[in-house]
Amino acid sequence: MPLMDVSDLKMFYHTSAGYVRAVDGLTFKVDSGKGLGIVGESGCGKTSIAITLMKILPRNARIFGGKIIFNGEDLVPMKESEIRKNIRWSGISLIFQGAMNALNPVFRIDDQIAEAIKLHEPGVSQKEAKERIGKLFELVGIDPSRASNYPHEFSGGMKQRACIAMALACNPKMLISDEPSTALDVIIAAQILKLMRELKERLNLAMIVISHDLSIVTETCEEAAIVYAGKVAEFGDIYGIFKEPLHPYTQGLLSAFPSIKAQKTRLISIPGSPPDLTRPPPGCRFHPRCKYAMEICRKQVPALIETEQNHFAACHLVNPVSGGEPSNG
Amino acid sequence: MDELLRVEKLRKYFPVNLGFFRSLTSKNEIFVKAVDNVSFDIKKKEIFGLAGESGSGKTTTGRLVLRLIEPTGGKAIFEGKNIFDQQVDPRTLRRQMQMIFQDPYESLNPRFTVYDIISEPLKIHHVFHSEKQIEDKVIERLEEVKMTPPQQFLLRYPHELSGGQRQRVALARSLILDPEFVVADEPVSMLDVSIRAEVLNLMFDLIQKHNVSFLYITHDLALARHICDRIGIMYLGKIVEMSVAEKIVYEPLHPYTKALIIAVPIPDPNAKRSEAVIKGEIPSPINPPSGCRFHTRCPSYIGDICRTKEPELVDVGGEHYVACHLYGK
Repeated sequence: MPLMDVSDLKMFYHTSAGYVRAVDGLTFKVDSGKGLGIVGESGCGKTSIAITLMKILPRNARIFGGKIIFNGEDLVPMKESEIRKNIRWSGISLIFQGAMNALNPVFRIDDQIAEAIKLHEPGVSQKEAKERIGKLFELVGIDPSRASNYPHEFSGGMKQRACIAMALACNPKMLISDEPSTALDVIIAAQILKLMRELKERLNLAMIVISHDLSIVTETCEEAAIVYAGKVAEFGDIYGIFKEPLHPYTQGLLSAFPSIKAQKTRLISIPGSPPDLTRPPPGCRFHPRCKYAMEICRKQVPALIETEQNHFAACHLVNPVSGGEPSNG
Repeated sequence: MDELLRVEKLRKYFPVNLGFFRSLTSKNEIFVKAVDNVSFDIKKKEIFGLAGESGSGKTTTGRLVLRLIEPTGGKAIFEGKNIFDQQVDPRTLRRQMQMIFQDPYESLNPRFTVYDIISEPLKIHHVFHSEKQIEDKVIERLEEVKMTPPQQFLLRYPHELSGGQRQRVALARSLILDPEFVVADEPVSMLDVSIRAEVLNLMFDLIQKHNVSFLYITHDLALARHICDRIGIMYLGKIVEMSVAEKIVYEPLHPYTKALIIAVPIPDPNAKRSEAVIKGEIPSPINPPSGCRFHTRCPSYIGDICRTKEPELVDVGGEHYVACHLYGK
């Protein structure tokens, strides 16, 4: 049984212009010890997915349907107090985008982490918390003697490491990280990605990595979900997706990316820009930018279909192999 | 060889503000050596890339060669004249040298329409005498950057444009005076992946069409290799390696270049994950390490010579320059 099983999840923001359909029928699974990468452009609802899974929604956002089964329990109908007690931090924790600004500048780093520990595990004393922080710092590769520093005394890479340590403070089963390496330099980013890979294996964590950068996802994850305008366009094993991308959007993303090692070819861009999510296009949401768009694409929303073992795509061009069952998309 | 710009021993030291009390106690002024004895040349119609981590001095170099800031020392010879000469009027230079900035959300005046933005250089330099000629030229450039029909965009303000469109306006503005040399400082780093390819291709086509030389500043080596003819790798204010793009990527010599290339994430799950990421972060440019500035992080440290003697940038054959004691005589 997967650790997290999300099906047909919908989360909309209520704005003066109408509902923004940021997460619209999202379906995926994550296992312990495995990484899932969520890839998409800005404005396609990536960060909205993260805050929906944690249920830390702003006041104008609401979950309109679907299930988030985590460890056998559905998080959607669960009470806020229960989620805070049993799920957040001890079950799922989140590393926010821009770790440099996620730490409070006027508190010492160990005090900030201790606060989280004591809030979620009231029995822990200050001394035990500090000991645990020392171990966490060793785990993420910072000298434990620096624990009582202030955030401004840390470099960008160290702050990101401290944020990872903080996320791991209550032994979560799952770690969600939103753009873990943007705003970091190449070498520092490579160090952080390596750390995340090691932690995933050592602690048997389920990991969700949210990024606009396909290469970051391939460095850290085994599976990927390509998201376009709040919906999953393609999902599956990362080797399958790279070997044979099925959705035109995935194909476009792959050819828009320069690789340092591959043959030098002209980059191929995807014309147009992502749609306005208050009024998403009818049918397949990608059809206005798709070079293969057919009549049916304008009318009917394609279902997410399994074409081969652990490779799903939501596109009218893709025919299911015999025996493939359409899943709810 | 047709040389357009030759930079010789360019230096820029920024004084550090110590504050009142420390300035009383310390005798010497302290400087950030942002650019320290940098020499390179750019040939006609060439795209020269400067790559490195943040803090390596690449942006400062870009600004110096346009004389947007005054240097501490050194020369930049553009078409036979040293542009830092006091007799040279910067305004005559700007007609031949232009710049594209990193952030299209801040480099366009929000109170100007697209027409105002693109025509402003023409008006400053009194290129045409009638408004009609200016208008024709602006429309021609807008068509070139694929903002069609141009009439639809002329009276729009930057806030009505997407990021990709803004950067295309910036591109049109930089080319309106038919310059010979353009400095582009990370022109696509703020854009989405699918749009990035489009802007890059457009830029590349226009460079070919107008025979412009480009100085392309970037932290992304995959991108640099994709569009540049030659690349210079900078570390702490110095060029450590310089060669044609393919050689930098496939046969890097300097240990820092090797580390940079290893650190670039590859969008292919089958690629081999190398674990040899160098440790630590870029040191402060206020007190750079003695000798070779990379010796504190270098995996191929060969002894005292690295700590005491600064390596020169030497030609190892085939227009491949490297500053490292491993290759010096």
